[in-house]
Amino acid sequence: MEILANLGLGLEMAASLSNLLYCLIGVFLGTAIGVLPGLGPVATIAMLLPITFGLPPTSALIMLAGIYYGAQYGGSTTAILVNLPGESSSVVTAIDGYQMARKGQAGKALAVAAIGSFVAGTICTFLIALAAPPLTEVALKFGPAEYFSLMTLGLVASIVLASGSLLHALGMILLGLLLGMVGTDINSGLARYSFDSPHLTDGINFVVVAMGVFGLGEIIANLQHETTRTMTASKITGLLPSWADLRRMVGPVLRGTGMGTVLGILPGGGAMLSSFASYALEKKISPNSENFGKGAIEGVAAPESANNAGAQASFIPMLTLGIPSNPVMALMIGAMMIQGIQPGPSVMTEQPALFWGLIVSMWIGNAMLLVLNLPLIGLWVKMISVPYHLLFPAILVFCAIGVFSLSNNAFDVYLMASFGLVGYMFRKLDCEPAPLMLGFILGPMMEEYLRRALLLSRGDPMVFIERPISGTMLVIAVIALVVVISPAIRKKREEAFREEE
Amino acid sequence: MNGLIKGPKDFWAGLLYLTIGGLGVVLARDYGMGDAARMGPGYFPTVLGALLVIFGAASLGRSLFRRGEAIGAIAWKPIVLIVGATVAFAYLIKPAGLVLALTALILISASASSRFRFEWKATAAMFGLIAFCSLVFVKGLGIPLPLFGTWFGG
Repeated sequence: MEILANLGLGLEMAASLSNLLYCLIGVFLGTAIGVLPGLGPVATIAMLLPITFGLPPTSALIMLAGIYYGAQYGGSTTAILVNLPGESSSVVTAIDGYQMARKGQAGKALAVAAIGSFVAGTICTFLIALAAPPLTEVALKFGPAEYFSLMTLGLVASIVLASGSLLHALGMILLGLLLGMVGTDINSGLARYSFDSPHLTDGINFVVVAMGVFGLGEIIANLQHETTRTMTASKITGLLPSWADLRRMVGPVLRGTGMGTVLGILPGGGAMLSSFASYALEKKISPNSENFGKGAIEGVAAPESANNAGAQASFIPMLTLGIPSNPVMALMIGAMMIQGIQPGPSVMTEQPALFWGLIVSMWIGNAMLLVLNLPLIGLWVKMISVPYHLLFPAILVFCAIGVFSLSNNAFDVYLMASFGLVGYMFRKLDCEPAPLMLGFILGPMMEEYLRRALLLSRGDPMVFIERPISGTMLVIAVIALVVVISPAIRKKREEAFREEE
Repeated sequence: MNGLIKGPKDFWAGLLYLTIGGLGVVLARDYGMGDAARMGPGYFPTVLGALLVIFGAASLGRSLFRRGEAIGAIAWKPIVLIVGATVAFAYLIKPAGLVLALTALILISASASSRFRFEWKATAAMFGLIAFCSLVFVKGLGIPLPLFGTWFGG
């Protein structure tokens, strides 16, 4: 059983005292930012990235991953207690979770969310362990043409699954790709779009873009609509669900996990879409469907397990192919590159301890979240009521210091300020910034693979279609685009996303 | 907005794509196109820029025909104060040092909130945060930030 040996190696790595500690810090921070208003995982991971430079690569990735899935737990706590989703992936949890809290079942709702997430996390960890080796095997056979087509497919899929206007999603991807061109061209050594500034010849650091667009931009947008949070339940009791409750959870949790895993692998899917989709599914098939929206346990269990599974499954394309499926994974890839690890299929063969250590740490982290979160609920409740006007200056401080420390240069801070402005503008124009981040990260890679593929084929573009794997991926991409543009599907899609808002 | 433009969001986004895409194409003219088999540094950016121009034009076109929401109020005060606070930090960090740069960053940005008051608790929190950053980032993590900058002979 090779998989057991691999998981054993991972366990050895993840269970070392220091890595357990980093895992704990990660999930703790993740829960905190999930609970705190107006601070998401993208901005937090971007802020903490510079701190991880000095850590060993495995510890750094374990901590950053913990922040991501920890945030899914924290987000549900706010959704249930104050009817304000801490993360976009907890939007649907708020529907039934808040109703349960109003009926005095806040404790039970929190426990259901935590247990559902834990079960989903456990199953998903094993699925990643099972799926990664064969996927890596396939990926190792990829040439430049396959990589280029895969990235094209990834970008197209992120449009199809993203909410909002298709035109603007495509526009933002192109804007991101173009932004990724800034800096020295590796083949010719020519500085492109650098405007003769020495600070731009190395390109724009993606941390600067992420912090500007997701950190600063969000602060400005939040300040426009300042709200006060009011707690429903001041005392949370009755944390343990009954056996009957647990039995009712089994189906929704398993279906939610499956849904989350499938959607999480797809680019642009991740946690948010899977939680929504699984809620919609349960509402259709549950025998208790008339109670949905009035505090149904299934309505909390399904989306919570789905968003956790989705969050973890999005690691699969990142780890096996080196392709980010959402901005958080783009940051993880950046973290790897900073540590001198080239993301892609070779990570598993060349860095098995890191690869399996990260996977096993996700399971350990999920267990920690389950054990920690229920007893610590009092602390999270206090955090929920932290007023935003005390919080956002602190976020800004960490962003500024974090960006400065990237290259000990004030230029990056100025650049972050301008991206903050741009980020706010995108929000006002209904242009989603996530596709821009994906394009920005993938841009230089895509150019490189395109060049290599066409160099090998002597300029014949047919190479992308003639090679079977590459051709299939492009065909899927075209079909996905056609399907999504067709009027009937488009209407359905718009309805689907409206319901979610 | 005049009667011609029905979707102001599409209009401005389109203008943005058109401008940046156009700029991308124009600047890339100096970079050398090469050909498909041996791409020059200008090849891929030109393709991207041109596509962006097309999408910009499509968005502009749509803004003339499809009615869209108005852009809504723009949060000028937060924009100026948040961006201004960040710029102040960047400007002050080398000459004035971390302590003063953070003070400026926190005070300017905090005043963007409608709930901004001078009170002892918030002031204490500010000094606590500055002390925390000085200890953790400068002393602990060794980020080369001067606590007090060149203005103080640091």
